[in-house]
Amino acid sequence: MRAFYVCLIGLLCCSRSGFAQEKPIAFTGAHVIPIVGPELDNGAVVVHNGKIVAVGPAESVTIPPDAERRDCAGKTIMPGLVDTHSHLGGPWAADGSSPIQPDVRAMDSVNVRDSGFQKAQAGGITTANIMSGSGHLLSGQTVYVKLRDGKTIDDLLIKSPDGSAAGGVKMANGTNSIRSGGTGPFPGTRAKSAALVREQFTKAQEHRDKIKRANGDAAKLPPRDLGLEVLIDIMDGKRVVHHHTHRHDDILTVLRLSKEFGFKVVLHHVSEAWKVAPQIAEAKAPCSVIVIDSPGGKPEAKDLSMETGKILDEAGVLVGFHSDDPITDSRLFLRSAAISVRAGMKRDKALYAMTMAGAIMLDMQKQVGSLEAGKDADLVILSGDPLSVYTKVLETYVDGAKVFDRSNETDRLMATGGYGAGRDQTLFTECCLGDGR
Amino acid sequence: MKTPINPNLTADYADYADTKCKEEFYLRYLRYLRLDRSSMKHRTIAVLFTAFAYACGFAEQTTAEVTLAIRGETVYTMAGDPIKNGIVLIEDGKIASVGDAATLIPGNVKTISAKVVTPGLIDAHTIVGLQGFENEPRENDLLDKSGPFQPELRAFDAFNGQERLLEWIRGFGVTTIHTGPSPEALSTGQTLIIKTAGPTVNDGGLKADAMVSITLGPASLMKDVGEKGAKSPGTRAKQIAMLRTELIKAQEYTKKRAAKPQAATEGSSAKDDDKTPSRDLRLEVLVSVLNKEKPLLISAERAQDILSALKLKDEFKINIVLDLADEAYLLIDPIKAAGVPVIVHPTMKRAFGDSENISMETAAKLKAAGIPFAFQSGYEPYVPKTRIILFEAAIAVANGLKFEDALAALTIDAAKILGVADRVGSIEKGKDADLALFDGDPFEYTSHCVGTIISGKIVFEGKR
Repeated sequence: MRAFYVCLIGLLCCSRSGFAQEKPIAFTGAHVIPIVGPELDNGAVVVHNGKIVAVGPAESVTIPPDAERRDCAGKTIMPGLVDTHSHLGGPWAADGSSPIQPDVRAMDSVNVRDSGFQKAQAGGITTANIMSGSGHLLSGQTVYVKLRDGKTIDDLLIKSPDGSAAGGVKMANGTNSIRSGGTGPFPGTRAKSAALVREQFTKAQEHRDKIKRANGDAAKLPPRDLGLEVLIDIMDGKRVVHHHTHRHDDILTVLRLSKEFGFKVVLHHVSEAWKVAPQIAEAKAPCSVIVIDSPGGKPEAKDLSMETGKILDEAGVLVGFHSDDPITDSRLFLRSAAISVRAGMKRDKALYAMTMAGAIMLDMQKQVGSLEAGKDADLVILSGDPLSVYTKVLETYVDGAKVFDRSNETDRLMATGGYGAGRDQTLFTECCLGDGR
Repeated sequence: MKTPINPNLTADYADYADTKCKEEFYLRYLRYLRLDRSSMKHRTIAVLFTAFAYACGFAEQTTAEVTLAIRGETVYTMAGDPIKNGIVLIEDGKIASVGDAATLIPGNVKTISAKVVTPGLIDAHTIVGLQGFENEPRENDLLDKSGPFQPELRAFDAFNGQERLLEWIRGFGVTTIHTGPSPEALSTGQTLIIKTAGPTVNDGGLKADAMVSITLGPASLMKDVGEKGAKSPGTRAKQIAMLRTELIKAQEYTKKRAAKPQAATEGSSAKDDDKTPSRDLRLEVLVSVLNKEKPLLISAERAQDILSALKLKDEFKINIVLDLADEAYLLIDPIKAAGVPVIVHPTMKRAFGDSENISMETAAKLKAAGIPFAFQSGYEPYVPKTRIILFEAAIAVANGLKFEDALAALTIDAAKILGVADRVGSIEKGKDADLALFDGDPFEYTSHCVGTIISGKIVFEGKR
């Protein structure tokens, strides 16, 4: 019986249930990379009730007397990473019935018990944009999540000011959403892809006009249409379009449609963005880049370059990164910045891209993306420099709660892999559907 | 001089290939100068230029002399301790000497300096050169679907020495690859060991028909392989039953064929000849395996498949090389006892399906147990079309493998496992002058490969 209580107490102590800590925690002595402002050799970060309350050089930060001090000498602290494009938990949204399905929601399909979530925590990711694949022109609504230790999708959601779950919309062009011949409802060419998108947005414009003309008169309102309502949200700037696009001409097509229908867009993957960087900069379209170890794999990625981040940044484009998990491994997300620096991107810009730029792309820049007083206490403690292959993520915090601790055996298994690390993983292949592949 | 890859090739053919190579080089040079608008005209110029170069004797070194010198702040020879401020001299495509800063560099010899110099890296298992990098069906020579068991297919007959990924991996210091068909059927064919310089299969070959590719587990339970209606192999047990059947057939074939010369010396009758089986290319490949002339390269991910591979080795007394071996860390003792080398899964291989238990620590665990292993880029059906072994090894180093052990696995250990250590894998006098140059720790994300040399020729210079 005594053993039982010891166990119980142990469990309670070890519980990482996401309750915001009652006592402030002060992380001291670390190399702090706040992202906004210069790096601090000997910095301090104080968090309380899930928020950052102070960040600065050790000598200028007042540590509350009741704070629990954590000595982080020799370690590096930076904001939690923002993954702008992930398929964690197997988000199968749209089905085979049509190429444009704005009514379906990724949040209705995600399995949060997939160990991929723990692996993402092990990679220092604290915010992710989970979305369906690119086998459709529009495969559904994406869901923005915090990687809290949660049992249900509701535990992970981020609430918009109006109380709804925050998220964007996933769109795609190029080869993945094309089916040879175009015999079904799916497009057979790039021009048809654009035409189908234009058709739906035009319908949404008309739907919106009808609603406006009804002027609140229920008798005159058109019947509700879940899909068109989402497209209207997009045109009204309430939802961002996260657009899979690789080839230079496909990128320009997205910019054209975005201008035509007035939607906010983040360009994703952008293998050939380096060919049209000035046009992207002029359109003020942010780019979320995927860093891949070799070109090819499909024709639209044949000219993929490791210099994309550098070239876009120098052209004045806002650059972020994404794992596209499982295309690249969430645990190694920091590689994106490091490999981009290898290819010439500036260090501060690459680290900004991992955090703040991603936050801006998800309209969450007021909450996450940097270490600033008032922001969510989402941070990562690293064993060394974030751009070194030898650096390990030691601890990850979301809303002030520790969600990953490398010294914990289970957490370590998730970080390195091994027997049992693949528990409940959902094999997600929809990311690369298209033409029978 | 070039060594023909295959003893069956005539000297004339090898010379032809050699000339073609030089012509290609000058063509590329002209293209580089942006003179490629009227290619036929310049092709003529190139041929004349080549002929002129031959006549003047500067296209071909007839007497060995030092052609290139490499200085390295640290030279990892992989044959003894690293040399600080080392100098490697190259003549006739071979390493002429390896020494310290006191080494005399003959005047007028081009000298390249780098922080770190290593032997050219060896990708111990890839598909590069056998599939177009865009994944288009017309360029797919990885898998023939007419049947599940086709060991007679040869990578040698399909290799494209100008595939764009060869250039890509050369830029990361990879000089030798062990390439073969994809692990998608019980046997998809035989592998090829070749340098990455191209431009044809006749250039830089180290070993044709190196190993026989076998795949166990769900990866080769392909329902769309085989004639319509064929359902096998549909289970793991059936895979092993089929393999054992084929190997036993090969044993019997050997016995029956062996009877023939005896009959011939006695002046055989037509009736005797009928008893001798006709030649069977497929079984002959298996006979060479039974004779230990080449190993089975057995791709197995799950523990039970690895154990099945070891049982096959035991039963038929054949040589095998374990490939992938995702769960090898569960079977360290039996793998070690069997004395089998492992071409370990890419460290960053996706942890899904039968690879769900994959570990970034597998390489470190194999090393700790003293099991010989090498790194591979593996087979990717989507993106990235190829992985980079330098990066895969780096993640293993970040997960417990020692720096020098990783470097050995990328070079000399890989060469030994592939049976080509007499030519490549270390910086030693007399070996091929295959080198990789770096501007810092080769494994660090922000370092660069700054040069790659194959058989004394600079095949990559830059910063990648």
